Amino acid sequence: MTAAPAILEARCVSKAFGGVQALKEVSLSLGAGEIVAVIGENGAGKSTLLKILCGVYEADSGEVFCEGNPRRFLGIHDAMQQGIARIPQELELCESMTVAENLLLGREPTRGWGVIDEEPARQMARRALDRLGLDFPLDQPVSELGHGQRQLLSIVRSLDAEAQVLLLDEPTATLSPAETDVLLQTLRDLRESGSSLILITHRLAEVEAVADRVIVLRDGCHVGTLDRKEITRSAMVQGMVGRDLEPVIHPEPVSGGSALTLDKVTTAEHPDPISLQVNQGECVALAGLVGSGRSELLEAVFGLRPRQGLVHVGDRLLSPQCPVQSVEAGLCLIPEERAEQGLSLDQSVAENAALPGLYRQAGFAGFLKDGITQEVATRVVDHLNVQPPKLHVPIRDLSGGNQQKVVIGKWLDLDPSVLILDEPTRGVDVGAREEIHQRLRKCTADGKAILFASSEMEEIFAISDRIVVMAEGRVMGSCPTKEATEEWVMELATKAGLR
Amino acid sequence: MKKIVGIFVVLLLVMLLTAWISPAFFSAYNIENLMRRSALFGIMGIGAAFVIMTGGIDLSIGSLICLVGCLTPWLVTQGFPVPLVLLAMLCLAIGAGGLHGWLVSRVRLQPFLVTLCGLFIYRGITRGLLADRTVGFGTEGTAWKFLGNGRIPITEQFGLPIPLVILILVAVGSGFLLRKTVWGRHLLAIGSNETAARHCGIDVDRVKTGAYLLCGFLAGVAGLLFVLDTGTAQPSNFGNFYELYAIAAAVLGGCSLRGGEGTILGVLIGATLVQVIRNSIVLIDPIPDSIEFAVIGGIILLAVIADETIRRRSA
Repeated sequence: MTAAPAILEARCVSKAFGGVQALKEVSLSLGAGEIVAVIGENGAGKSTLLKILCGVYEADSGEVFCEGNPRRFLGIHDAMQQGIARIPQELELCESMTVAENLLLGREPTRGWGVIDEEPARQMARRALDRLGLDFPLDQPVSELGHGQRQLLSIVRSLDAEAQVLLLDEPTATLSPAETDVLLQTLRDLRESGSSLILITHRLAEVEAVADRVIVLRDGCHVGTLDRKEITRSAMVQGMVGRDLEPVIHPEPVSGGSALTLDKVTTAEHPDPISLQVNQGECVALAGLVGSGRSELLEAVFGLRPRQGLVHVGDRLLSPQCPVQSVEAGLCLIPEERAEQGLSLDQSVAENAALPGLYRQAGFAGFLKDGITQEVATRVVDHLNVQPPKLHVPIRDLSGGNQQKVVIGKWLDLDPSVLILDEPTRGVDVGAREEIHQRLRKCTADGKAILFASSEMEEIFAISDRIVVMAEGRVMGSCPTKEATEEWVMELATKAGLR
Repeated sequence: MKKIVGIFVVLLLVMLLTAWISPAFFSAYNIENLMRRSALFGIMGIGAAFVIMTGGIDLSIGSLICLVGCLTPWLVTQGFPVPLVLLAMLCLAIGAGGLHGWLVSRVRLQPFLVTLCGLFIYRGITRGLLADRTVGFGTEGTAWKFLGNGRIPITEQFGLPIPLVILILVAVGSGFLLRKTVWGRHLLAIGSNETAARHCGIDVDRVKTGAYLLCGFLAGVAGLLFVLDTGTAQPSNFGNFYELYAIAAAVLGGCSLRGGEGTILGVLIGATLVQVIRNSIVLIDPIPDSIEFAVIGGIILLAVIADETIRRRSA
């Protein structure tokens, strides 16, 4: 550190939510032209720290300093005027508005009297996109963009706000490797031009690639700082979990009969028929880039969107567009968007955990028996080691990884025969990811079948028995994991784009 | 755009069907009257649309119209000068709308509750103040009545109603506000995704308050025009259910109750459709007038079902 005051500094900040201590006296300082990475397991307090630094939350104790002066932000707007912008973890775009409108939201150029000046507005939007080499049509509604494209768009928007300090909360969680590279290069360029960045990510390779310094958090405490030359993978992992991780044991797949069969399934988005079989005790990964049609396929199989073709669970034929029947047949879908599709955030951990099984547990005429919710929730929380193990806090107050454990656990409690997962550990830290992976391997050892989509190579190779690569709604190839290589997957995944 | 075309086709069909059964529909007198009524409903509907576009709702429109509509003739007959009364009533309506906005955005109450209370309170105040007496202008204020019942003669039988001219001014102004200004852009952004809007540094509270304020103002304008047209007002039923007509106009015109979507042109067509349906029920003899609400409800339901089905097919 130089003698000049830090651009942004937190001194001994603490924050609690409903009795859960999220941060305990954490300090961080950010110099000019520096990239600081904040890493830690789920619930370590990374997002909380970031939100305090940009005015979303106010710290219970401790202080925030801007260029050496104590500052108390009155909100995001106030922080933005100080040149501090946050790129949020969850997407924050206005779906019904166009790309250009979203890019300029909150800083539209005017001709006075609040009348928007269209021409400069379009030029500003175009310049912002060019900076990351994106060529989205300016007038396209955001609702028509894919998930990865939306993520890039929300990053572009924050980058373009000419912020001096950028706070990025897992910006690459949903990006493909190519998109990630573009982003990382942009971060380096920004550092060259004097901006300061704080980066939260679960992908340690990214930290190695760009970070000047690493702050390690564990259970809300600041447990270590690594300087540039000390940043190694093992040092980071050790700091985060306080132990070295065991590699996943790869048991031989239990060979059983077919658990899930897709016969010439097509959806409106992807008219090419897909046939696929997942056996009992088998774990099949769908690999591919963002927008390759994996999520759509999984949703169509579960019955959330219209499909043609036949889907069997065991011997039972599923009607299209009927998730209720799918669940009865022993199928479950753990969706991609935890906050929107997986949980009702304001309800408690217990209510969320007990929801899928309620109709089975209920007595005569749907009356709920006393203590049923409690009982189910206790099982879920115990089995998946949800932290903190409190049943009655709103699930909103839990970290992403613990929320995800509840999402998975609530379905496992129904004892499904086939699990479909869309990005099972997105935004989940190393430790929790490990626990979830082991849990999933145990499911296959018990004879359940798993079909999951993932954008993380590590995850695909860690838990799958077979890899199916998709691109542009088609199956490009399939191969046992033992014989597959990352290069093979990437080659197939990017093939269709070259057509 | 597709939505507007769809609802426009429905409007044409209803009009042609009515005209086919009852030739009186296309008489100059009926069309002029229809335009006058549609204009008043259009003004309310635009107000309601602004609020609906933020993802909110305003249930107090009818009662606010009652308050303004009944107080105006009463104050005028008490001897206050007409321009002063009109101005005061507009300020009152703006104040009420602004209060709703403040309660919704700063006190963080739900729009439904705030404006439901408004619905009760304004009607109650009016009935209490006037002891349920019907009030009229009597011989006063004749110079200003043209705003409500005046016309610009085109042919011998047909003239352009003044309220329609006022509606056109309101519609053009609103369209400009919504599409060409930062405020309008922010309004749609808030309706589309309030968190995103807040995180973009938009002053969400101020924009929202503005929407309710504008809705109150337009309800006030509609109330004045109504009472200047009818000449008398009865506190217990003046403007009854008008908030529902206004909401219906906005929804038929393509505003999503979830917010973030809608066009002024759509609202105008929606308001006209609501009026045409009311008119048709009166004109077509086999349909008893008392069934009006059921018919309107049914048609709105069909329109919404059709819209949703088409959207699902194309998605």
